[in-house]
Amino acid sequence: MTHPELNTPTPPSSTGYFAISSESLNRKALRASLQDVSSGAFVLFEGWVRDHNEGRKVLQLEYEVYEPLAITEGNLILQEARERFAISLAAAVHRQGLLKLTEPAVLVGVSAAHRGAAFDACRYIIDDVKARLPIWKREHYADGTTEWVNCKVKD
Amino acid sequence: MKQFTVKWFAAYRAATGLAQEQVQSSAGSPSELFAEMTKQHPDLGQYSRALVAINDQMASWDATLSGGEQVLFFPPVAGG
Repeated sequence: MTHPELNTPTPPSSTGYFAISSESLNRKALRASLQDVSSGAFVLFEGWVRDHNEGRKVLQLEYEVYEPLAITEGNLILQEARERFAISLAAAVHRQGLLKLTEPAVLVGVSAAHRGAAFDACRYIIDDVKARLPIWKREHYADGTTEWVNCKVKD
Repeated sequence: MKQFTVKWFAAYRAATGLAQEQVQSSAGSPSELFAEMTKQHPDLGQYSRALVAINDQMASWDATLSGGEQVLFFPPVAGG
């Protein structure tokens, strides 16, 4: 099943959804899917591809995703956010594949009656998405080399 | 000896040169299995250990392996 607006394989539930996308992320569609008459606040976080990391010049990023578990665990994070914070709807979409500089790699949207819960839930979701989902990032550098981020044992 | 299907991802796939392999082992936990695999694939030693999943469920490193499982070793994740 495909979400009609996001063109992703995960159908939205009535309270939000987590999806992986191989296409450019659509922030307008994400926002529209979280509109809700009881909400007075909407917070959107975007993670972008930047041109440097740890002193090296980055040209592009590649994301590998183990989709079956990423979607299960991503939806679990959204469910935890709904249980912990007074929010209306929450959704997140993460890219896979090759991304250029400035492209969004992840979108997290939260709607809530009041802004405090929306900010708190958005922070919770992006922090756990980064720490818990089977998603890996390979940086392509200006000198032609590549490296999987955060993987090497620290000396 | 028990039989396992081991799947490798990202940096681990690069280190082993394999996406998946069938393994004969007496390991009782993912932790023991990973230690054995590091002997077979010494390049794994340069990477940190992170998350593990058994049959598509996130699992702990000292979970019990009884044989027949699919064990997924994940190098440190870096989403976002």
